[in-house]
Amino acid sequence: MAGVPSSSSVPTTPLLKDELDIVIPTIRNLDFLEMWRPFFQPYHLIIVQDGDPSKIINVPKGFDYELYNRNDINRILGPKASCISFKDSACRCFGYMVSKKKYIYTIDDDCFVAKDPSGNQINALEQHIKNLLTPATPFFFNTLYDPFRDGADFVRGYPFSLREGAPTALSHGLWLNIPDYDAPTQLVKPRERNTRYVDAVLTIPKGTLFPMCGMNLGFNRELIGPAMYFGLMGDGQPIGRYDDMWAGWCAKVICDHLGLGVKTGLPYIWHSKASNPFTNLKKEYNGIFWQEELIPFFQSTTLSKESTTVQKCYIELSKQVREKLSKVDPYFGKLADAMVTWIEAWDELNPSTTAIAPEANGAADKK
Amino acid sequence: MSFKINDNEVDIVIAALRPDLTIFLEEWRPIFSRFHLIIVKEPDLEADLQIPHGFDHHVYTKSDIERVVGASLIDFSGHSCRYFGYLMSSKKYVISIDEDCLPARNAAGHPIDAVAQHINNLETPATPFYFNTLYDPFREGADFVRGYPFSLRDGVGCVLSSGLWLNVADYDAPTRAVRPNERNARYVDAVMTVPLQSMMPLSGINIGFDREILGPALVPALRLKGEGKQRLETMGDIWCGMCAKTVSDHLRLGVKTGLPYVWRNGSGNAWESLRREWGGVKLMEEIVPFSSR
Repeated sequence: MAGVPSSSSVPTTPLLKDELDIVIPTIRNLDFLEMWRPFFQPYHLIIVQDGDPSKIINVPKGFDYELYNRNDINRILGPKASCISFKDSACRCFGYMVSKKKYIYTIDDDCFVAKDPSGNQINALEQHIKNLLTPATPFFFNTLYDPFRDGADFVRGYPFSLREGAPTALSHGLWLNIPDYDAPTQLVKPRERNTRYVDAVLTIPKGTLFPMCGMNLGFNRELIGPAMYFGLMGDGQPIGRYDDMWAGWCAKVICDHLGLGVKTGLPYIWHSKASNPFTNLKKEYNGIFWQEELIPFFQSTTLSKESTTVQKCYIELSKQVREKLSKVDPYFGKLADAMVTWIEAWDELNPSTTAIAPEANGAADKK
Repeated sequence: MSFKINDNEVDIVIAALRPDLTIFLEEWRPIFSRFHLIIVKEPDLEADLQIPHGFDHHVYTKSDIERVVGASLIDFSGHSCRYFGYLMSSKKYVISIDEDCLPARNAAGHPIDAVAQHINNLETPATPFYFNTLYDPFREGADFVRGYPFSLRDGVGCVLSSGLWLNVADYDAPTRAVRPNERNARYVDAVMTVPLQSMMPLSGINIGFDREILGPALVPALRLKGEGKQRLETMGDIWCGMCAKTVSDHLRLGVKTGLPYVWRNGSGNAWESLRREWGGVKLMEEIVPFSSR
């Protein structure tokens, strides 16, 4: 079980150990880190402890980490701490905000190392790094998937002018074993397991939205960080289990606007724990109805030419959320406020990092 | 919304660019023999076709093409001859595979039934309006993931199934010239819907489609100057694919890509083809922005 990390392909993927933080939300314990040790130990961990701040979370020895509980979040953000969820793994986005690194990898504490069809342990972090360091191809679909993978290329008919691709902002990994289903599907198919290893990474095309799962996710914090707000969930909120969905919709709209790419597919992790479907149903209940409005909203949203940074895009988006979604539920008015608070907090904690995407508007025309 | 396609609703269309179809048809026999085959003899091919016994088939030749389309502007020579087969078919579904492709084999060494997979892709809904991260939710063992709106879970009809190729991938001439030894060895066990408004290069090497709905969009209208008989030199299928996807998007119908794989042997000299294909490469730079809006 504890094993040798799977061999990197040639050329070797850089470790990026001083450029990447691993953000882990937890309420219980971090035993799962033992299995990840061969892969995670070189990296700095940011642990966001949810729930009772007086509980002591044991971090296995040998890891370099910083840990924040609710008291720390309140102390650091003051009144702006209201934007960070409590009693929900959405609190992880606090970790994104306090990180000083270029890349983030976030993983749930019930996710373990998976094996590929040859039986080799999968170094998920290495694959995310490969995904993030190679371009995405959002402007035209490549039928052989990621052309930057070893052994693949652009197919006949793929325009040469689009072969440089776009910088990859997000790398969305998948899960073997317990699939990320909603509560109704879980209730109908309690025994279904994802056993299919799909050996592909692909870019989600520009203009296409997707349900982003936060269980196994990498991103370039400098390119897209401020858009990765996981919303108001959990305690005192009418919704849960839509934190990552919300961030995914916002981030994708902004990536599309700024000419950035989103990849999905490899790597797989092994998702070990199925949460209680009845609990999930109570959390998701509003989301199941609201998503019918939310997705058309995000699909039809446009951002102005003047929004040339992620922060500006996000503030513009928050205004549209307030204008158009408050009628769905007053919650969205609160969420719009929280989105603004988040950006203010982000800019306070990260004063010098206002990244302007290289082809903010040129790429928008390029589809 | 899934339904069953019967064998008698399907034609398999084969473009015969070389006269001897024996190896091709014998390898595909276990899979093809249930179906009616339409074989279109490339108009410039003079030798007689060699077709093994036991296939229910019809051959169309140059004289048929001249009789039916006469002095039309459509050139059915080279790889375009298959479109004549699409025209002449009276079936609802057509599956077409290049004659330098054999069945791919699974890990146990058994031939993969590419026809059954195309049929399955066409029988089950497509999901173009929102991306499912577990790919085709209608495959066994998969489903829609959390965050997928229930109102979109019926999906829409799939009218085009675009398959892939192991061994010799469908690269263009410049890529093939630069990487002559590269082989596609990666079997990606997925079918997925190409999202709405996303364009893709349709490879005509291994496809299935609903002829009644999409047939009129598959016309060999784009031919390159000096286009020869090598796949590397053609863009006709790419053009058809752009038209087909635009039409499908407008009609709210779906296009799937991924499985099935075929084992492609390929042929042709990339450097020779480069001279002919580069015009098409330039054209794509104009075509893509046009098709995208």
